[in-house]
Amino acid sequence: MNFEQLLFFVFSGTLVFAATMVITIRNPVKAALFLVLAFFNAAALWLLLEAEFLAITLVLVYVGAVMVLFLFVVMMLDINLVKLREGFGEYLPIGGLVGVLLLMEMAIILSNDLFGLERMPEPAGHDAAYSNTRELGRLLYTFYVYPFEIAALILVVAIIAAISLTMRKRKTTKHQDPGEQIRVQAKDRLRIIKMPSERRP
Amino acid sequence: MNTLPNIALATPEIFMFSMALVILLVDAFISSQQRIITYFLTQATLVVALIISIKNFSEPAAMVFNDMYIHDTMASILKIAIYVIVFLVFLYSRDYLKSRNMYRGEYFVLGLFGVVGMMIMVSAASMLTIYMGLELMSLSLYAMVAFQRDSSRATEAAMKYFVLGAMASGMLLYGMSMIYGVTASLDIATIRSVIASAGLDNMPLVFGLVFILVGLLFKLGAVPFHMWVPDVYHGAPTSVTMYISSAPKLAAFAIIMRLLVGGLEPLAASWQDMLIIISILSMTVGNVVAIAQTNIKRMLAYSAISHMGFFLLGIISVSANGYSSSMIYVLIYAVMSVGAFGVVLLLSRAGFESEELADFKGLNQRSPWYAFLMLILMFSMAGVPPTVGFYAKLMVIQAVVDADMVWLAIVAVLLAVIGAFYYLRIIKLMYFDDAKEGAAVIETSGDVKVLLSLNALAMLILIPWLGVITEFCRRAIADL
Repeated sequence: MNFEQLLFFVFSGTLVFAATMVITIRNPVKAALFLVLAFFNAAALWLLLEAEFLAITLVLVYVGAVMVLFLFVVMMLDINLVKLREGFGEYLPIGGLVGVLLLMEMAIILSNDLFGLERMPEPAGHDAAYSNTRELGRLLYTFYVYPFEIAALILVVAIIAAISLTMRKRKTTKHQDPGEQIRVQAKDRLRIIKMPSERRP
Repeated sequence: MNTLPNIALATPEIFMFSMALVILLVDAFISSQQRIITYFLTQATLVVALIISIKNFSEPAAMVFNDMYIHDTMASILKIAIYVIVFLVFLYSRDYLKSRNMYRGEYFVLGLFGVVGMMIMVSAASMLTIYMGLELMSLSLYAMVAFQRDSSRATEAAMKYFVLGAMASGMLLYGMSMIYGVTASLDIATIRSVIASAGLDNMPLVFGLVFILVGLLFKLGAVPFHMWVPDVYHGAPTSVTMYISSAPKLAAFAIIMRLLVGGLEPLAASWQDMLIIISILSMTVGNVVAIAQTNIKRMLAYSAISHMGFFLLGIISVSANGYSSSMIYVLIYAVMSVGAFGVVLLLSRAGFESEELADFKGLNQRSPWYAFLMLILMFSMAGVPPTVGFYAKLMVIQAVVDADMVWLAIVAVLLAVIGAFYYLRIIKLMYFDDAKEGAAVIETSGDVKVLLSLNALAMLILIPWLGVITEFCRRAIADL
């Protein structure tokens, strides 16, 4: 076993452990933190495959943005854990059955000789000057430009859908009107009222 | 690699997508009294796209964008049908939307994005584009179902649709990843040649095929993956139900043709058996359960399930003739469905949804013309002879008989007869029952009346043209 294989087993072992903890641990904050650990290990696996860009993106986007947001939400919401776990025993048999079936199917397919090293030889490594990011960018903007544009469109639809489903125009919303703020004059802000002076009792 | 692709062939998509964004911007600057501008822009977009597609029609089949986009006769025909159907959907739902505070720009923009998604699916030549188009269309549909956000029924329907739809997408992707693992290609033509040369008894390929089938049939709403159909049809605003029940079926046909027939036809021996079971189940469950429904939207949902069973018959026959008869079936079904939901839509008015079968009682006394239109549509859905619905059923059954599966044809005919019961029940309610006290008369604007009449009468008018349509569909399949 060479050093690379050792690294692979360490990272993938930790990844499987962390992923199991995510779904079994009781505390949701800890579960989220274990998910972060799982992401880090997956990123490390990608680094082993010379996919630096994906590895860094995984850490930046998922750990840096998505999981932080998720942690905030978990901490802000008062989640009743007992209620969440209510159906666990009830759904376990059917869920477990589906899981075992999927596992068996994966085993059948992966144990097939279709995916062996002799069928798909290990790609040659790249030299140090090779930039994964540059290659990805080149492919994305030339070869895959059509799906790339469609992906952009899907994001636009997601934005439109989210806004149109959640935005409510309320009359009571406090908002600023810059135009009016600029046009304001001294007499709008200060009103001088003449009133007769009164004698002190 | 360095030459610019011939993107002129993709002008319909590019135009439609740019216009959707323009309409989104224009809508932000107009007041709610001027919303009619958005509506007209939307309809104009569909009309112009129709003209562009007709112009592109005679261009020879070609691939663009590194073989990810395909232009051929089938794509052109289906796109043209999609424009016409969505045009009718928006037209019929105009007054309905106005009276329900849904007459907003986003509704039309989401509708157009849904059309772009369908166009992408129709013209997809790679598993990647098929999936992207499917997601684009599905996302727009989820949002449209939830558009009446204060209605708990609509949001529940949207939630179900979203969760089950996401699961179906997951299945489809899982299957695609297996196929990709074996063939090492996303390109459908390459997949086909690799499978054809590799032989059939390949376990991962069959697993991938099963997952892809499950995903596709989920989207199509065939039994046993139909659970979402009645709930979504019932819960969604009727105008959205009309949209879901018509144009997306054409796109679903297109991806079945591209993926199952175009890419995985060498595995036909495997998927043929699976589809036979699913087709019989769909026809049985759809037709039998529809009898028990009292809500017309649910009834039409089960009717849609049974129609999908019939439509699969053509695919099952695994012959060019069968595929083209399936194409005719789905085209005719989409037109029928828009018409039927159009009448349902017109019967409802502000604060009142005409959803129960009882609302159709005595329609003949109130609005004889619309009762007559509904009569034609119901006859056509049931497959009664002088209508095109009959020819559609005849052709798919003919295809099955040609494929030496006479027993399947007999089952289909028997189930069609059972199905005729609930279509004829509506006709009985309209013509032989008395109206409830205070039931409304249908009133609508002139353009809706003219086009709805044309839509329904097309079930009769189209008969002399059936030969031409069949010829076009044959050519589309031959071009594939």
